[in-house]
Parts: sequence; C-alpha cells; structure tokens
Amino acid sequence: MNVTQILFFFFASCAAGCALAMITRKNPVACAMWLIGTFFSVAAIYTLLGAYFIGIIQILVYAGAIMVLFLFVIMLLNLGNDYEDDIRGTGWKIAGGGAGLVIIALLGRVFSGDLPRPLGDAAGPTMLATAQAERGVVGLIGIPLYTEYVVPLQATAILLLVAVVGAVVLAKRKV
Amino acid sequence: MNEIPLSYSLGLSAILFGIGVAGVIVRRNAIVLFMCVELMLNAVNLAFVALSPYAGVEGQVFVFFVIAVAAAEAAVGLAIMIAVFRHRESVDMKNFSLLRW
Amino acid sequence: MLLLQEAAHGAAAAAGEGAGFHPVLPWLIVALPLLGFVLNGLLSVMAARRALPKLPPVGDPYYDHAQDDHGHAVGHAPALAPAHAAVGAGEPSEQEALDHGTDAHPVDAAAARHEAHVHDRDVHVTGANAVHAHDVHDAHAHDAAHDHGHDDHAPAGPKPFTHTLPSLIAPGVLIASFVLAVLNFLAMKSAGEGARLAIVEGWSWIPVGSLQVDAALQLDPLSIVMTLIITGVGSLIHIFSIGYMKEDPGYPRYMAYLNLFVFFMLILVLGSSYPMMFVGWEGVGLCSYLLIGFWFREKANADAGKKAFIVNRIGDFGFLVAMMLLFWNVGTLDFAGVNEALTGGGSSLVFAGPVITAIALFFFLGAAGKSAQIPLYIWLPDAMAGPTPVSALIHAATMVTAGVYLVVRSSVIYTMAPAASLVVALVGALTAIFAASIGLKQWDIKKVLAYSTVSQLGFMFAAVGMGAYAAGVFHLMTHAFFKACLFLGSGAVIHAMHHALHTAHNPADAQDMRNMGGLRKYLPITFITMGVSTLAIAGVPPFAGFFSKDEIIGAAWLGAQGTSHLSEASLFGIHGSTWMAAIGVILSIAAFMTAFYMGRMMLYTFFGDNRTGERERGHLHEGGWTLTLPLIVLGLLAVFGGFLNVEEHVPIVQLFNFGQGEALHHWLHPVLAGSDDVVAQNVGRLEEPHHALWPIALAIAIGLGGLALAVAMLGKRRLGTADAQPAYDGGVEKALYNKWYVDEFYDRTVVKPVGGLSRLFARFDMGVLDWVVDLFGRLAQMFGLAFGRLQTGQVNTYAFVLIVGVLIVLGSFVAL
Repeated sequence: MNVTQILFFFFASCAAGCALAMITRKNPVACAMWLIGTFFSVAAIYTLLGAYFIGIIQILVYAGAIMVLFLFVIMLLNLGNDYEDDIRGTGWKIAGGGAGLVIIALLGRVFSGDLPRPLGDAAGPTMLATAQAERGVVGLIGIPLYTEYVVPLQATAILLLVAVVGAVVLAKRKV
Repeated sequence: MNEIPLSYSLGLSAILFGIGVAGVIVRRNAIVLFMCVELMLNAVNLAFVALSPYAGVEGQVFVFFVIAVAAAEAAVGLAIMIAVFRHRESVDMKNFSLLRW
Repeated sequence: MLLLQEAAHGAAAAAGEGAGFHPVLPWLIVALPLLGFVLNGLLSVMAARRALPKLPPVGDPYYDHAQDDHGHAVGHAPALAPAHAAVGAGEPSEQEALDHGTDAHPVDAAAARHEAHVHDRDVHVTGANAVHAHDVHDAHAHDAAHDHGHDDHAPAGPKPFTHTLPSLIAPGVLIASFVLAVLNFLAMKSAGEGARLAIVEGWSWIPVGSLQVDAALQLDPLSIVMTLIITGVGSLIHIFSIGYMKEDPGYPRYMAYLNLFVFFMLILVLGSSYPMMFVGWEGVGLCSYLLIGFWFREKANADAGKKAFIVNRIGDFGFLVAMMLLFWNVGTLDFAGVNEALTGGGSSLVFAGPVITAIALFFFLGAAGKSAQIPLYIWLPDAMAGPTPVSALIHAATMVTAGVYLVVRSSVIYTMAPAASLVVALVGALTAIFAASIGLKQWDIKKVLAYSTVSQLGFMFAAVGMGAYAAGVFHLMTHAFFKACLFLGSGAVIHAMHHALHTAHNPADAQDMRNMGGLRKYLPITFITMGVSTLAIAGVPPFAGFFSKDEIIGAAWLGAQGTSHLSEASLFGIHGSTWMAAIGVILSIAAFMTAFYMGRMMLYTFFGDNRTGERERGHLHEGGWTLTLPLIVLGLLAVFGGFLNVEEHVPIVQLFNFGQGEALHHWLHPVLAGSDDVVAQNVGRLEEPHHALWPIALAIAIGLGGLALAVAMLGKRRLGTADAQPAYDGGVEKALYNKWYVDEFYDRTVVKPVGGLSRLFARFDMGVLDWVVDLFGRLAQMFGLAFGRLQTGQVNTYAFVLIVGVLIVLGSFVAL
C-alpha cells in the first residue's frame, strides 16, 4: 500500500461521505455545500489518476461555476426556510436505498470482471504519462480537441451560447 | 507514481452513481434532485477518466465535453425552475403532478 | 294465349308419343301462386302506406302529439315517423275498429290520437262515422275461436285499387294454375300407364359430399291428383274469400298469404325429394301461422297461431330425424332413389327391422304434427280463430292432408315396417273416435267442423296405416270436397249471422249454434249444399263420403280376415289381424258418432225456430255469387265425387267412373308399385279377399242410423240462445265440452314444467354465466385501477421505474 493508494482511499471515502450527506440533508444550501465537497474530492482523485487538466477544470467549472449557480438560485428562490421535509416517505427511502445498492452491486460485478483493453495490454498510466510528457498537460487534451474533435467543440460552443440565451429568456420576468 | 487499480476507481464511480440514484428517488426538492443528477454525471466522468489510460485520451476529451454540457444544462434547468417557481411558489415535486392519472 | 297454345301443343305431343309424358310448363304451376303472393304483397304494403296519416314531415307523431299544446315538437328523426305511424296507426280503420271493438284492450295512444286529431284528417267523415258506430258497441263476447275483428267498418266510398286488384290477381293465378294442372293431368292420362312419371329438374340444390339433393319437381299420378285438389278447391276458396274478406282492411295481405300458402303446398306435393317436401312442409306451417293469426291484434288469435306453429314444429323434428336416418341408411333422399334402394335391396335396411321402423315412426310424428293426430292435434281447434276460408283451405282440404300425402309417398317405407304401419293405423283410429266424441258437445259451429276434420284425418291415417293407400287418398279427395263445402257453408252462415247481429247492434256470438236455428228459410243455397255435404260425411250413399269411408272400414275388415300384408305382423305381441278387427270396430263407432254430430249441427243450425232475434231476422240473407258459387260447385263434387273410385262390382254407378272400376286405385298403381313389390318379396302372396256385402250394409246402417238418432234425440229439443242455454248438463257432457281437458293436461305436464325449466336456466344464465363474464370485466377494472396508480405524475416515481428497468436490463446482462 503506497501513498497514492492511501490518498486515493482517503479521497474516495470523502467523496462517498459527502455524497451521502448531500442526499440526506434537509436544507438545500447544505446539500449544495456537501456536493461541493464531493466535487473537490473527485477532483483530487482525478489528479491522483493523472488527469490534471480535468481535475482543474472540475474545480473551476463544476465547483466554481455550476455550484455557484445553484447557490444563487437557491438564494433567489429563498428555499430552505420551510419546515416541511422534502424527503419522501419511508417506503421510498427503502426503495431508493435498495435501488442504489442493487446498482452498485451490478456495476461492481461488471467492473470486477475482465474489461476490454482496446489499446492492448501494454497500455496503462505510463502510456498516459508519456503522452503527457510529449504534449504537456493541457496539450494532451487540447490537441485532440482542436484537431480530431473540433466539430464537437464548435457544437458545444453553440450549445453554450444557446444555453445562455435560453436561460435568460426562461428566467426573465414577463415584461 | 504507482497505479491505482482500475477496479477501485470504477468501484468508486459505481458507488457515487448508486448514491445519486438513491438521491433522485428520495428527494422531492427540484433543486436537490438536480444536484443528485449532477452527482451521477460526476460518477460517470470518474469512470471515463479512470479508463482513459487504458482506452485512450478520448476519455478525458469526452469528460471535457460532459462538463461543458453539464454546465449548460444546469443553467437552463435552473432557469426553468425559476420560471416554474414563479407559478407555483414551490419547487416541491409533489406539486407538479399534472401528468397524474 | 301463347301459353295455351304451348300447352295444347305439349299435350298433343305427349299424346302422340306415348313413351314418357311431357309435362306442360310444370314450373309455372308452382310459380304462378308465388307471383300472386308477390303482387298481393306489394299491394298490401302499398295499402299500408296509403293508410298512414298525413303528417307534417317533422317529428315523430307518437311522441309529438303529447307536446302539441306546448307549441314545440321534439325533433325526432323523420325516418321514425313512418315506422311508428305504421305500427301505431297503419290501416287506421282497422285500428279503430279493433280498438273500439275489443274492450279487453285499453284504448291505446294511437286510437286516442285518432279521436283527438280527427279534425286533421282528410277523411274525417269516415273517422267520425267509425267513432260514432263504435260508441254503441259494448263488450263483444270475445271467444278465442272467433273470426273476430272481421267487421265491415272499412271506410265508406269506392275501394282503392289495392283492395280491388287482389280479387283479380289471387283467384286468377289459382285458376291459371288449375288449368295447367288439368293440362298436365290430361297429358299424363294420354301417356299410357307405364309412362306417367316425369321428373322436371331445376337446379342442384344441396350437393354436399355424398348427399345430392336437386330442386326438382316430380309429376306422377299421386302428385297430380294432389295438385288438382289443391288448385281446384283452392280456386273455389279464393273466389269465396273475395266475397267474405273484401271488406276487411287487411284484404290484400290476406290474399297474399293465401297465395303463398298455395305455393308452398304445391312445392310440398310436387317436390321430388324429402328435403323439397320439407321446404313446402315448413312453408305451409308458416302460412298457417300467418293466416290463423290474421287478426293478430287480438291476443287470442295470435296465441292460436303460435300454438299451431309450435306444435307443428314438434312434428317437424320428427320429420327431420326420419330424413337423417333415411339418408344415413339409404344414401339418397329423393323419392325415386329411396324406393329403388328399398325395393331393390340396395340399402342395409331389413324388412321390419328396427331402423326402418324408427324411420317410419319419426315420419309419422311429423305427420301427426301437421295433420293433427293424437297427441299433436290440439292446435287445429284453436286454429278456428282464423278466417273461415282459411279454415276451409288449410285445415280441411290441403295442409292437414300433407301428413297423409307423406305416408302415401313413403308407402315403401311403411310397407317395410309393418309394426309402424299398425301404429299409424291405431293412432288414426283412436284419433278418429276421440275427436268425434268431443265434437258431440261443441256449440261453436266451426269447432264442430274442426273436430270433425281431426276425426276424418284419423280415418285417413287408419287407411294408410292399414296399407290401403289408395283408399286413404280417395278419402282425402272426397273429404276435401265435402269438408271445404261445410266450412265455406259455415262461413256463409257466420257471414249472414254477423251481418244481422251487427246491423242490430247485438253483441251475441255469431258462431254459436245456440243463436242460430231455422236458417234454412233464410239461407237456402247454403242449407242445401251443407246438407248434401253432411250426408256425404255421414256416409250415406250415393254421396261421396260413403264410398271412401266404406273402403276404409272395409279394408279393416279385410285385414281382420287375414288378407292384408299386415295381418301376420305383430305389434306389442298382438296379431295384426286382431288389431285390424279392433280398428274396424273403432272406426265404425267413430263413423256413427260422425253422423250423429253432423246431424246435430244441421238440426241446430238450419231447423227449428230461429233464435237469433226479432230485429236480426230481417237482415239474414245469402251472400253474393262469390259466396254461393263455390258452395254449389263443392256440393256437386260432394255428390258425384265418390264415383271416381267405386269398386267394380257395384253395378249401377259404373258408368260414372271413367269406364273403369276403382279408377283411382288404377291411377295410383304406379306410385304404389314399390310397396307391392316389398309385400311380394317379404310377405309372399296374399289370399284374395272375398267381398262380402255385409260391410256395405253396416256402413249404410251406421250412416243413416246416426242421422236418425240425432233427429230423434234432438229434433224436438228447444234450445235457448247462447246466454240462456247452458253448454252442458252433467259430468260426461262437461268433459266432452271441455275437450277431455287435454289442453289443461298438456299445460300442466308439458308447458309449465318447460316454463319452469327455462326460468331455471335463465336464472343460471343470468346468475352464473353472466357473473363469470362480468368477473372478467371486474378484473380488468381492478387491474386498471391498480396499475393506474403508477401514474402519479411525479418525476421521482418515473425515475424510479426507469431505474428499475435499467436494473433489469443490466441484471440480465450480468446474469447472462
């Protein structure tokens, strides 16, 4: 057991714990905060896995923008002051918990078997590190993004534009 | 650095996904529901990233896209919830059962 | 003209050739009455339409008039208006007449509407008259057997063409058919003895597997005799109907049904196979129902029609079973084929075996239903509810003889089953005496004749049962003459009585003999013709009935001597000859009773003082020529008809019967040849009967004796009118008057149990079966409700269901 693995377990338990906390809080703001905690943990795991760029992007975009947006909306709607519990009844809790556990079990079963290795047995984190050394951390993602995947990139750009416009239109008051 | 076994990362991804599923079923607040969906997306992202050393850098590129789309989706979704809140003064899902039998 | 030329040509050609005879337009004989039915039917529909009240086109008159004072009419579809009007007020005068005339019916809305809206109608004069006339009527005595509703309350004024044309069409087609039948008869006669059979093929009707039934007509001596009777007597009855029924609002419908009946009857006798005969069989049953219930608005008449049809159906079941057994064992169903198979040994049926006996008995069941033998005779007295010409045609001359025709046609079958033959003869004899006993104490003139018909049919069946087929047909023929004459005569009497009673506004029963008396002064022609027919039926020589009846009873004595093929047969362990002796005695007693009650009828109706009443007497008179001409013709036939089949050794009358002794016997010989072959094969040669004179003497004694006894016992008796005179006096008379309580017995033992059983089944059907079916509906409903709960409208629930689905899919991949 080396440091990486220990760190991994630590951050994994953080992530799982924060996630559990998130789904059980009554106050939506608390939920949001715990989700941010989850995101941070996951970002750490990304880093541990060698996906540095994605890790940073996770913090910047997910925790930094999306969750801020969530919090703004919660603030706008003035939620969290009701004393009414917005978690469903016991039966549903059992159903939800059961469904979750079954999913975990099935996925675990899937993942613990032999997974296909499209790049051959030689592939692995070392290969990733080699590519990274060639292109740099950002270039690792940037070059494929702007060469092979430039069309999805542009499409995503348009998507973001449309989302902005749509959000403004949907949320504005009727004038 | 030494590797983290693939199955651990995928296991974590599965756990986070399962927790997200449970949250979607159990929570009635629309915002929190949405947050659980984001959690599920994250779990999936984790799986992609975990597999990318073995399946190519496309995994991380795809994660990039997922994050971008998730952002857009969050923006629009929350805008909708604001619009809905204006009508119903509530984001509790139990009030939005017009599709009931 | 062209037809006549063709016919003459055909007859000449036939006369010239001599080998096989060429029938002359045989299909036309059958098609003409059908044409008459179609034309008269059209006229009747047109008459009904014309009788509809003229209404504005909007709304339904039945419902609207209730709201007329509110000023607005409910907008029902105008298409409903004619239908409702036709039901409620078609043939308005008939409606008024019956509604006002029969107090048992609440005056229904239609009649009320008539009175309320008399001012709407153009023909309000009629309406007013009719209403006025009916106000004076009180309760009619409603006797079920009345031809009630036969009233002359039709609109005054010239008749529309729908009521005048049937008088030409219906008798016209009948007379044309009769002419064709005569031409065919002449052609057959000139063809020589071996060549008198012609089967006229129509089309292949039922080709199914090994069953091949063609629609074809068979013209042979037997069928041509029946056809002549049907069309001849039928024409006379149609002519009578003109005078009798022309005032009736339903006149074209009546003529249509009458024509349809003749059509079916002709199919029955001319058909070349059992299924063809069955078509006619069923058809005449239907027409009987339609005609008995002709004045259907009175429930008793409708019930009588239903009773006739239902009892007939029981017989039809027997016919069908026999047909199926026959086909199963013989393989064919046309007469020629069956006779050949049975005589030539082409079938597996043995002489006097169980199967052939069963076939014969089942056919007899059918005949018993149609020809009113024990135990299925109960419909015929009730059938007197129909118009009297119907009784004459259907229930005297033609339909009821269908059973006798069936037995004669199946003579081979009956000869091969001597036990069944004896059963037929025995039932016939018992029916004869049973019905005769009831006729002794009936007061309604038509009922007397009805029971007389049942009794005479018993004679006919006794004859054919004993193997004297030609004698049976002979009696059928003479019976048609004198019974039709009697019925038509009674119709004339009733017509006169009704007219008299109605003019005097007397509600008494026009058919009850206690209200008649001394009518010979007022209805001379009727009296003479009925008198002649009474002598004929009583068996007084030289009238027709004497010869035919004498032959039948003579056949019984001959069989008792041992010269019939049935003499050695055995039924229930008793020898055939013993049975036939008993039958002879029974028939003699029945003949005596016949003479008695017929004499009684004549005495009460035509002799003595008139009991109808002072006012009415002035109105009693004969009908027009349409009523009297048929009576005269039939009376003449009743006098001279018997000479057709006189035995050779009766010297005086030999010159009358076509120069040949026993003309009818010889004429029918080709048809009965098969039966003779069977006798020759299985029974051997029979002794020659030695003709004694004592049976003839006995018959004359019985006939004259019965009449004399009637005169002696009842001649001086003073009767009261129907109100005053009690119907019976004493226990036996009460039983006779009440028809031995047979109807009540059937009601208790058959009708009520069947009714109870069907109520039980209805309860089962509604309670159990419907419950099971409803259960499925309820289950579907429950499932629907349960599964409907899934659609909560909440996204969380839908997400859950989605996830469950994903789990299932994922799980199946993992597991596999």
